[in-house]
Amino acid sequence: MVKQEQEIASRPDNTAFTQQRLPAWQPMLSAGIVIPGFVLIGLAFIGIGVALFVTSQSITVMELDYTGVERTSPCFRCSDPNVKNCVCQLDFSIASLFKGPVFFYYGLTNYFQNYRRYGVSKDDDQLSGDLDSFTSPSDTCSPYEYDSNNKPIVPCGSVANSMFNDTFKLYQIVNGTKKQVPFDGKGIAWWTDYNVKYRNPSVTPLRDAFNGTVKPLFWPRPAYELDPSDPANNGFINQDFLVWMRRAALPDFRKLYRRITEGDYAQGLPAGNYSLEIAYNYPVLSFDGRKKVVLSNVSWMGGKNEFLGIAYLVIGSLCIVMSIIMLIVYAKFKFPEEE
Amino acid sequence: MARESEDPAMTKASKVKRQRKKKPKENKTRTVHANILYDNAKGEENPNRHYANNEIKTTKYTLLSFLPKNLFEQFHRFANVYFVFIALLNFVPVVNAFQPELALAPVVFILSVTAIKDLWEDYRRHRSDQEINHMDCLVYSRAERRYVEKYWKELRVGDFIRLRCNEILPADVLLLSSSDPDRLCHIETATLDGETNLKQRQVVRSFYDLDCDFNPLKYNSIIECEKPNNDLNRFRGYIIHRSGRRDALYKENLLLRGCTIRNTEEAVGIVIYAGHETKAMLNNNGPRYKRSKLERQMNVDVFWCVIILLVMCLFAAVGHGLWMFQYGDKRPVFDVLSPEGTDLSPIMSAIYLFLTMIIVFQVLIPISLFVSIEIVKICQVYFIHQDMELYDEETDSHLQCRALNITEDLGQMQYIFSDKTGTLTENKMVFRRCTVAGVEYSHDANARRLAMYQEMDSEEEECTSHGGTLPRRDSVTSHQSARVVLRSQSTKSHRRTGSRAEAKRASILSKHTAFSSPMEKDITPDPQLLDKVNDCSSQMDFMRFHSQPTSQLPSDLADIIDFFIALTICNTVVVSSPNQPRQKVRMRFEMKSPVKTIETFIRRFTPSRLTSGSNNSSSSSLITNRSSNKGCSSLLSSPSAESTLTKLDEEQTPRGLEHAFSPVPPCYDGKGWNLEEGELRYEAESPDEAALVYAARAYKCSLVGRLPDQVTVELPHLGKLSFELLHTLGFDSTRKRMSVVVRHPLTDQITVYTKGADSEEIQSSFFCPWKRQKKIVNRTQNYLNLYAADGLRTLCIAKKILSKEQYACWLQRHLEAETAIQGREELLFESALRLETNLHLLGATGIEDRLQDGVPETIASLRKAGLQIWVLTGDKQETAVNIAYACKLLDPEEEILTLNADSQEACALLLEESLHYIQAKFLCSSTEQIYSSSSPSSHSSSHTAAPFTVHRLGLVIDGRTLAYALDKSLEDKFLAVARSCRSVLCCRSTPLQKSMVVKLVRNKLKVMTLAIGDGANDVSMIQVADVGVGISGQEGMQAVMASDFALPRFRYLQKLLLVHGHWCYSRLANMILYFFYKNAMFVALIFWYQFYCGFSGSAMIDQWYLIFFNLMFSAFPQLITGTLDKDVSAETLQQLPQLYVNGQNSEEYKPYMFWMNMIDAFYQSLVCFFIPYFAYADSDVDLFTWGTPITTLALFTILVHLGIETKTWTWMNWLSIAFSIALFFTVALCYNASCPTCYTPSNPYWTMQRLLQDPLFYLLCVITPLVALLPRYFYRACQGTLFPSPVQVGRQLDKLPAETRRNILSLSRVKVGSPLSPKPPFLSLTKPSPEVCNKKDQRSFPGSKTSQGPVLQTVQQSGRSPLGPTDTERGLSDLYTLLPTEIDTLPYTKDAPPLSGGPHPPSSQDSECLDKTLEAADLSLSSWITSTPLLTQTDSVQLKLPPDGDSQCVTYTRSSEEGLKSDHSVHPAQRTEQAADQSLHTIL
Repeated sequence: MVKQEQEIASRPDNTAFTQQRLPAWQPMLSAGIVIPGFVLIGLAFIGIGVALFVTSQSITVMELDYTGVERTSPCFRCSDPNVKNCVCQLDFSIASLFKGPVFFYYGLTNYFQNYRRYGVSKDDDQLSGDLDSFTSPSDTCSPYEYDSNNKPIVPCGSVANSMFNDTFKLYQIVNGTKKQVPFDGKGIAWWTDYNVKYRNPSVTPLRDAFNGTVKPLFWPRPAYELDPSDPANNGFINQDFLVWMRRAALPDFRKLYRRITEGDYAQGLPAGNYSLEIAYNYPVLSFDGRKKVVLSNVSWMGGKNEFLGIAYLVIGSLCIVMSIIMLIVYAKFKFPEEE
Repeated sequence: MARESEDPAMTKASKVKRQRKKKPKENKTRTVHANILYDNAKGEENPNRHYANNEIKTTKYTLLSFLPKNLFEQFHRFANVYFVFIALLNFVPVVNAFQPELALAPVVFILSVTAIKDLWEDYRRHRSDQEINHMDCLVYSRAERRYVEKYWKELRVGDFIRLRCNEILPADVLLLSSSDPDRLCHIETATLDGETNLKQRQVVRSFYDLDCDFNPLKYNSIIECEKPNNDLNRFRGYIIHRSGRRDALYKENLLLRGCTIRNTEEAVGIVIYAGHETKAMLNNNGPRYKRSKLERQMNVDVFWCVIILLVMCLFAAVGHGLWMFQYGDKRPVFDVLSPEGTDLSPIMSAIYLFLTMIIVFQVLIPISLFVSIEIVKICQVYFIHQDMELYDEETDSHLQCRALNITEDLGQMQYIFSDKTGTLTENKMVFRRCTVAGVEYSHDANARRLAMYQEMDSEEEECTSHGGTLPRRDSVTSHQSARVVLRSQSTKSHRRTGSRAEAKRASILSKHTAFSSPMEKDITPDPQLLDKVNDCSSQMDFMRFHSQPTSQLPSDLADIIDFFIALTICNTVVVSSPNQPRQKVRMRFEMKSPVKTIETFIRRFTPSRLTSGSNNSSSSSLITNRSSNKGCSSLLSSPSAESTLTKLDEEQTPRGLEHAFSPVPPCYDGKGWNLEEGELRYEAESPDEAALVYAARAYKCSLVGRLPDQVTVELPHLGKLSFELLHTLGFDSTRKRMSVVVRHPLTDQITVYTKGADSEEIQSSFFCPWKRQKKIVNRTQNYLNLYAADGLRTLCIAKKILSKEQYACWLQRHLEAETAIQGREELLFESALRLETNLHLLGATGIEDRLQDGVPETIASLRKAGLQIWVLTGDKQETAVNIAYACKLLDPEEEILTLNADSQEACALLLEESLHYIQAKFLCSSTEQIYSSSSPSSHSSSHTAAPFTVHRLGLVIDGRTLAYALDKSLEDKFLAVARSCRSVLCCRSTPLQKSMVVKLVRNKLKVMTLAIGDGANDVSMIQVADVGVGISGQEGMQAVMASDFALPRFRYLQKLLLVHGHWCYSRLANMILYFFYKNAMFVALIFWYQFYCGFSGSAMIDQWYLIFFNLMFSAFPQLITGTLDKDVSAETLQQLPQLYVNGQNSEEYKPYMFWMNMIDAFYQSLVCFFIPYFAYADSDVDLFTWGTPITTLALFTILVHLGIETKTWTWMNWLSIAFSIALFFTVALCYNASCPTCYTPSNPYWTMQRLLQDPLFYLLCVITPLVALLPRYFYRACQGTLFPSPVQVGRQLDKLPAETRRNILSLSRVKVGSPLSPKPPFLSLTKPSPEVCNKKDQRSFPGSKTSQGPVLQTVQQSGRSPLGPTDTERGLSDLYTLLPTEIDTLPYTKDAPPLSGGPHPPSSQDSECLDKTLEAADLSLSSWITSTPLLTQTDSVQLKLPPDGDSQCVTYTRSSEEGLKSDHSVHPAQRTEQAADQSLHTIL
């Protein structure tokens, strides 16, 4: 008989797979698993939440709005688009030591760097130093591709064109005199941006590469003169440019401007009065934007953000509450029947 | 959305038609010349050149045409066009959202997956075509003057081919010569119709007398025949010889492609149809394409998705317009002018944006859903195929899925329409008992023998399957020893006495004949009858010696011997010898070359069932032995007209008896005689023929040989007698009988033996010249009723002796009919009718058609599953009712409504009454409501506003009443009645009625219907139903061909529906819902972002992720879950059929669930969006550093969501999820490291790498999925423990150890009222099971526990004539239909109820019958009859308990005014007449 069965050709294979008998784990959402699970998760979350919250609390942040909307604002004068080369000063004081390293950000609100047509308006090839793209930029840059004389714009596109061009100088007022706080402008952009993604054309001097091109419309200076102080910080690998080119995710954003890591301020900004000198160039009032400066130190989890810690705490507690509710419900309905 | 069912055959047919139009030369017929005449004239000259050659090509594409054709076909699918449109939209710069090339990716991916699948299938078709095309055959070559080997594909119409034994026919061939001395050729048509018995084909008559070998060179005739068509049973034409003589050609002359030559050493034929024009190929239609209910529902939701998409796009467009507008003329620095440098107006931007958004949100329309569903269904079909429990060992066949895309419909069935014979029963006829000359022979020993088989079956059943869940049949201890003996004798040969099953198994044992299991063969004769037979034949022997005329024999004894002779010869059974086993070459032959794509694919999965077997050539000695006659078509089997007439003339001259008695007939070569009689095997075309022949053999009256013109019978004492076979009038379904005309060797009289269905015989054709015969007729009729009541199939056996003159007269007209070209069938039919009148009734047989294994259990569990089961059968009412009881379709404890009406009005009235009755009984009277039906109550009928409920009621309706009830005016009422009944039994229904019933229920009740059947008469029903299931039984393959699923046995339906149906449904439903959820959730992320990017269509999710998220990252786990997830284990599903209700009510996928899922999706996307949003708020995060975590979170959330929805986790689930995550990170890391300057505009260089260093990223990954899924998980947890659905309880049961589970299940069975569980939550949620009802019923009818139970019999009689004695009589005769069921309660023993043998007054036959049955019935019944107000013509519905329980008696009487009122509304004009006429009784 066994032999017979072997002869049978179309007999299905008797394997766990074909017979759908694969060993399987069947999680049951039963009280026994759910309630302890919830408690455990809740406790873990509360733990993380507390850690996050404490960390976040240890971060100091100072925001200074200098848009100059209000008449009292020192920069009110400069907010008029007709005023050129306006400089305004913002005084502030720090009550206790602002622990370093301090990051100096500029912030914009209501600014849509994530606007789709804005975002595409650049030429990556050009920015990677491809000279062909200097003479004929990609049409994604349109209409910031050629100027009215049909000369190619380098760097082309809206993103580059709209580069933030306010500059800041921070002074500590020590006994009535201004002591400049040294800014560290190196390494504020992504390492990969600086070293891989963005490249200047390998032409020396750099300005030769830009022959036959024009600077972006809004720019005061051509790309090769972005940082007069440091020749290596020009062209497409200018740190500020790189920072700007990395588009912000949300309409309210900040971007790293400088770090305060040097000299007397390596440990942070000591308590005292400070004065911020702003070269006010960037127009934001047309779109109801705000400009601000943010001083912040960072922790292992980045900048100050209380949300995540609170979220963990809330969810952790919620889990515990849920488990209690379920426990009550079970106690009421379930347990007597299981016996 | 409309159901789609293509009919490839139709398209093919039309194609052929088109081709035909191109060839004006071919008009109505096909003319075939021999090719060898034109061998030298290539091309132009050959008259056959227009015909298709024998090369088959079932491929759809060629290398060149593949791409355009395949694309064209794919673009028929709307979704594909939509996605191409979107991809193209991306090339428009103003609106583009992604890199245009990238946007093409999904469409190209989907199209290429489908294309590759198509290509592969096509290649497989090509391969199998090649294989077939390159098979060898022998073709005559004029040049070489011999037969040479050629490939099949080189064969042309008009070629002569030589066929050897066991060869497969390469084309449709006209048989011109055969090595068989009788000029016959045997073929096996299993590949065409699945019938394994041999069929005979005859050499064309003009070549019949050729003594030498056929020489193709001498052939110079022209054949004219029909155009190619797909009717396997039809072939007409004629052959024109050079002499101008015409000979007709019939289907007996045609050998069909795909058949196998058997038992014939050599045959020569000319090819008539080749290649695609052969009947086999024209018949070859592939699987059907239907759209399942789930898919229809899904399409609605896809439509909703489109709406949601448009709303979202519109919202974004308006938002963008407003956003642009608010800036007015102040141009923000980040604004980008149009390429022309001009300012874009807000309105224009909005319009552009709308299109952009469609591109961005395209994922919402699940592009991969369609492909995924297809893949999942293929896997599901594969698993169904592979199920061991759906595999029938004996037939070596498993379930076939012929329709591949309605697997999930199996889980949603609500009504089952079943055929009876061959579906519920085995269609395996076993002789059970008989009556001869009015005397009943009860064959007790035989009955015991059969009972034993039954018992053993059930026992093995218990051992093998369901682990003791089925109630044991009470086993009789006295049988035990016998059982053991039997078992040791024939190990398991009789076990599952399946039809083809048997055949196949037997063929493995190389001892095969159809219909010959020991159960069928070893009939135990009734000693009394055996004695009589012996007695009789010895007397005849004596008389023969003394040359006395046999007419001196006592008439009852003569009847007995005639009876057995009739059993033996009135058939088309072929005798074969076991020493020469039937040759079976099991060569691979794909007659059904795949037309439809996926099926072949599936077929590939399943191991080929064709294996090569032994290939012995047969010896010629066998051939002589096996010579035999043919089947129903044998109207033509008699020798040519001339010869018959000459024989008739010869008869005038008296012949010596000695000559007729010569033991060895002159034409017989005697070789066959040295075989032992017991070893003869019978090959019959239908199982009851075989049963009768075996029965006769048990009485030593055995058929030993059959030639076209002679039948040889061996009788005890008399030896072998040869009956000259003059005519065979084959069985047809209109006449319902068959006859043979023979010359009796003893009496030399021309005798007609007829057997047929009883009602026909009795009604029309009995000639009762004297009283004795009349009495026999009456008695026989009585016994027939008893047999029917026993569930036996009855056949009447009759004979008639023709005088020479009568015969000559009949023959003259018969020959005219035979030779007629026009309307031959009709003429032959009339001719047969002329012959079959004034018959002398010999007796009747009762053949048992046993129930298939597990049918009652299957029906019980299907019913528990909430399925309504209707049985539609062509059998007579009594038989059907009894089978219905036997298979537990009808319950003795439930009431039966019987509807028999003989006019439209009567039927209307009956239905009205029944409705009233049901309402009165179940709606008004009982406050304790019965359980509500599973069918949606939303659909309200025009009659009753009350919700329909299913009661413990059975409805029996006969074909005639059904015809009235199906009338437009009554169908609603009929449905109203029928749907309140638990089971419906339609008897005597025609195939058309069957399909009408199914159609009616399907369309009116909007329910899912399943039709199951095995025969050609079920085809229409199978095609109409949502799901058609064919039983691959003994009645050929037609039902299977038409079906969506083919099962070897009925009981497999249980697992197919309850387990696979449930799984397929719940898997697919969950997968579809998940798909919608997944896409919506993902797209909503981008939608939320629009609020933060000025509705500019910007996406924080990189375009690559956006496009590949669905196609790759999240695709595999859902496929795995969709294929493998089991919500409840197979065992529990089968033990708790109630879980099936889940699918019936579409509980896995209700319309609101789509919206719930959408809401959940939106919630989850909100979480996935805003947690990162707040976490990164006020930071210097850039777009994609922020977007990539969101993508990751979404992926995690989606996967965990799937995890929550996954019920069983196998390693494949784990693997697929791990794979998905790994794939995402791998792709992301590679992508982000690959090219610093590519992938504009996103350019996410090194983003992922940086993120992986960011602790915040991990913190987000932990909290977000948890928050997103907390509500769902909480809901599931609470609902699962507090208010578990039945399915969840089933799942909980699965978790329990096997022992506990069994205890709980058995507890639930004992405990009436709850299907399950000591756990009340489940109880409260499940519908009260039938037991609840049962209990209630029992309470209200305490007397109903009798074996028969209350039978509600509604007898309607509606004559138009004024009241009179005739009416009363008719009323009685109608009532008479009730009686057999009542009689059935009597213990049926050898000493059957005494019959009054006294003379009866010469009244009408009906009343006489009634009188008799009254006598036969038990006393209480007759007393009831007298007490019933039947004769007083009052209009009442009587509800009475059965006689033995008449302690309680509920009488529901309706005033006649009321009845009039209801009638009035229907037929106001006939009001009074009806009121007077109606005699309506509802007897309980």
